Amino acid sequence: MLVTERERLRDDIQAMADRMGRKRDALIPILQEVQTKHQQISDYAMQVVADLLDIHPVEVYSVVSFYSFLDNKPKGRFVVRLCRTISCDMAGKEAVARQLMNDLGVCFGESTKDGKFTLDWANCIGMCDQGPALLVNEQVHTKVTPEGVHEILEACRKTFGVYAQEKKEERA
Amino acid sequence: MTAKITFATIEAGAGLKAALGKGRADIIGELSASGIKGRGGAGFPVGVKWNLCAAARGESKYVVCNADEGEPGTFKDRVILMEHADLVFEGMTIGGYATGAREGIVYLRGEYAYMRAHLEAVLAKRREKKLLGKNAAGKQGFEFDIRIQMGSGAYVCGEETALIESLEGHRGEPRNRPPFPVDTGYMGRPTVVNNVETLAWVACIMAKGAGWFKSVGTEKSTGLKLFSVSGDCKNPGVYEFPMGITISKLMQEVGGEGAKAVQVGGASGHCVPAADFGRTIAFEDISTGGSIIVFGKGRDMLAVARNFLDFFVEESCGQCTPCREGNHKLLEGVTMLAEGRCSMAYLKELMSLGETMQLASKCGLGQSSSNAFLSIVKNFKDEIMGRATQGSLTHRRQGADHG
Repeated sequence: MLVTERERLRDDIQAMADRMGRKRDALIPILQEVQTKHQQISDYAMQVVADLLDIHPVEVYSVVSFYSFLDNKPKGRFVVRLCRTISCDMAGKEAVARQLMNDLGVCFGESTKDGKFTLDWANCIGMCDQGPALLVNEQVHTKVTPEGVHEILEACRKTFGVYAQEKKEERA
Repeated sequence: MTAKITFATIEAGAGLKAALGKGRADIIGELSASGIKGRGGAGFPVGVKWNLCAAARGESKYVVCNADEGEPGTFKDRVILMEHADLVFEGMTIGGYATGAREGIVYLRGEYAYMRAHLEAVLAKRREKKLLGKNAAGKQGFEFDIRIQMGSGAYVCGEETALIESLEGHRGEPRNRPPFPVDTGYMGRPTVVNNVETLAWVACIMAKGAGWFKSVGTEKSTGLKLFSVSGDCKNPGVYEFPMGITISKLMQEVGGEGAKAVQVGGASGHCVPAADFGRTIAFEDISTGGSIIVFGKGRDMLAVARNFLDFFVEESCGQCTPCREGNHKLLEGVTMLAEGRCSMAYLKELMSLGETMQLASKCGLGQSSSNAFLSIVKNFKDEIMGRATQGSLTHRRQGADHG
């Protein structure tokens, strides 16, 4: 039987709800997992979550739109968040920001066309003594230089496409 | 610098063992005697908070560890959680015993997601050693366990009632107080919310006694405090100093001599000019959650004000008008100053707006969001006024704005 994308998403969310419970306090943990797994919380996903938790879908939307790590629009496989708060700013985040835009070919708040990267700002990520700092998904990078940007992005690129294939062959 | 921290010298489990040997009232009495106040920034006496929660009636109670360290320039909790997590969990367990709570929740900010595996491992080990769970730490009839819940990138969730809203699955919008969380907190039950550092100190106080803690610091601000130092200094990092230290002494220690100004307390704190470096860091003078940002000679203070206001415009929850609209207006004013088209009369209007925000905003975020702007305008008028139209700021922002 053909399993459509939607059915898969529904089953996925159902499994999460079975694991985390169907009370209101499970809402954010469920949404966080949907975000991590599917890089977005689509309108359909919000409807499914609302049905399972027996709340209005607008309640779900109101939570998704409030938190900056939850997003209704699709994000890239790798979300690069550069800290823009004062200490990282003084440590030279502007040059890193420009290099990130140059290397990815997108502005802040945008995703690359292949859907692999999203470039975004973060507010203080608690690495003020080692700025400029950025997050790639959950991983933190400190003392980032404009030159170092390339390496960070390259490490991400090596996990997909032709590079990943090469790596597999190497291992074999 | 972290090697110097007192936490490293405290024997694991000593605090919990000492606490469980005492009566509940004695634990709270000891904390009150030590004079410890909340280390997150607000400075509420811990003994009073715990006492209120212990006295409150409720089927279940909760101890929440506020690990939503989002204040710009603060990273001491990150270091504590990575290096001394056991001490924090010990503090929570003591809190559970003293207040009658059976569940502890760590609210960990989304940006610190990479720490979660480490913290879960520490918790698993504690469960293995029977320091958590039924008859925790060998105390008959005492049940306590701790779970971790993640934040999702909202600064305002560091405010205790917003944090509770978020734990319950809502938008992180602060509640009206009273009722306070010690009466009506998580799920409407009595809840103690304490900062990471506070809980670690609680474990230390139990191990070493109130007298030990009180022996340093000032009369109104007892004990040691961790500081997160960043910006224009030779040795940024986490430092431990007694409360009541002068800013000039602190600058010597971190290699920040010759600084033009210091931001004490992060974006919501105050900008202290070099002339006032003789002032002390204590609850009765300049209060802080530990954030110290050093501004060297060449720094443009208007750019600093803009950075802070950008932060608050983004992080305001939008619930109350003074904070939501006020920060936009102040940011607009900074742009006018940068472009050299702000009259003195309008600047005075902006300052009065800032004061209104301090009075009329609903929560601590709004009430303190204009502090940095006001203190920078007050202390650096000559620097920020009468600028040329082609301000450097207007150029710098182009193309790098957020979406």
